Amino acid sequence: MECVFGLVGNGFAIVAADTSAVHSILVHKNNEDKIMVLDSHKLIAASGEPGDRVQFTEYVQKNVSLYQFRNGIPLTTAAAANFTRGELATALRKNPYSVNILMAGYDKEAGASLYYIDYIATLHKVDKGAFGYGSYFSLSTMDRHYRSDMSVEEAIELVDKCILEIRSRLVIAPPNFVIKIVDKDGAREHAWRQSVQDVTTASV
Amino acid sequence: MLAASAVYTTRCSLNKSPAWTETLKECSKLLALHHSRCGESRLHAVYKKYSKVENGGVLLWFHQPMKSENESKVSEKAREMARYDRAITVFSPDGHLFQVEYALEAVRKGNAAVGVRGTDTVVLAVEKKSTPKLQDSRSARKIVSLDNHVALACAGLKADARVLINKARIECQSHRLTLEDPVTVEYITRYIAGLQQKYTQSGGVRPFGLSTLIVGFDPYSRIPSLYQTDPSGTFSAWKANATGRNSNSIREFLEKNFKETSSQETVKLAIRALLEVVESGGKNIEVAVMTREESGLRQLEEAEIDTIVAEIEAEKAAAEAAKKGPQKDT
Repeated sequence: MECVFGLVGNGFAIVAADTSAVHSILVHKNNEDKIMVLDSHKLIAASGEPGDRVQFTEYVQKNVSLYQFRNGIPLTTAAAANFTRGELATALRKNPYSVNILMAGYDKEAGASLYYIDYIATLHKVDKGAFGYGSYFSLSTMDRHYRSDMSVEEAIELVDKCILEIRSRLVIAPPNFVIKIVDKDGAREHAWRQSVQDVTTASV
Repeated sequence: MLAASAVYTTRCSLNKSPAWTETLKECSKLLALHHSRCGESRLHAVYKKYSKVENGGVLLWFHQPMKSENESKVSEKAREMARYDRAITVFSPDGHLFQVEYALEAVRKGNAAVGVRGTDTVVLAVEKKSTPKLQDSRSARKIVSLDNHVALACAGLKADARVLINKARIECQSHRLTLEDPVTVEYITRYIAGLQQKYTQSGGVRPFGLSTLIVGFDPYSRIPSLYQTDPSGTFSAWKANATGRNSNSIREFLEKNFKETSSQETVKLAIRALLEVVESGGKNIEVAVMTREESGLRQLEEAEIDTIVAEIEAEKAAAEAAKKGPQKDT
């Protein structure tokens, strides 16, 4: 039921993830941020076992930080993606992590890039990728409308089309999504798409 | 005769063979006797000098287990020094851990380093021995970041520093991972001091030969701190401190001239203190600053340092002139 997808545009990469934290039939919260900012110019959008997801992405984030302190320069997106894949691969035949990851990043030399890393340590560099049941719908929609070198507005339009498709066709569709973007100016939150908001105060 | 027997005696004690001819053995026996008795002689200064590590600890060799031919009475003091300064895990009868004290000697030979804590700024300044022309100075940074809000400078064995810094950096990230919080300056200081202490109580290892100055701002409270650790594993917080070469003179200067400062004044105080023992000029000093507002450590450019040094010199000159001025009038 967790939907994560992303694509690469002209000098930027964009990822969207649903924001429901679910345990069997209960929805714990509707605003769980599943896209972690790895460092100034990298994002990890993760889906899978909630415990593994948090544990693994934080572990990767701290190791990426450590590399930067030790060496004075940040890891490239490719290096970070390969490190992540390596950790998943090492754990795979002992106690595997059940986490699927889309890693988006911006490097000065390589530009914007997106990496597809699944829970059995498959690594692909892609222009568009998706995980979860929502991938059936978002991948097809992206296949139909994606062009290389889209502008931010066009990319957001495509993301919204995917979210619409997921909401209308997936039986238990997540109500809310968060969209984050990474480009030469860094990694940041771009927008939320909310159809259900947590009630914070009781109406009098 | 004397020279020859001296050579023979030395070869004996170094266990080299063949030693020499029989005729020299008598003379050398006498030499050995006098050598081992020197601890009791009146020439204490000479004895001390040649017991020191720089001079090869020559006087101490003679008190190793000797060949039966050279058996002679050995003085109590000399025997102590020999037995208790080899292994780190052994106390001497008068309560010293000699290896730790020797490590402190190593620190005293290292580059001078100064740390000053201001109200909203912390500064580290380190002496930079003249860089060889062909060396890339950026690879020999003496002041390093442990995390975004903590920095470290050290005096002593640089290779030991690398190991300690690496472990500290891992601990900073590990703390963030397990506790979801950045380290406080005191925590990471305690960790580094703990590591240094561990190596004074294990078999087969030697202490780290360095003292560190650790500065930073605590997360959330943003209180500035300066800590110092040494090879024995003790640590304490300071308002300003120095370590390494001539640290005593720098500390005296700081004690005389310290006052609560902020931003640029703190930087100036640190540089002024370091200039007491270092040749003036931007290329002989490395300075790094951390402020409460900005995150991260800022290394000052050589040009910036030169400007500040020029300001300091001008202030000094003005102070000198002011002192002399009134006297001339009367």
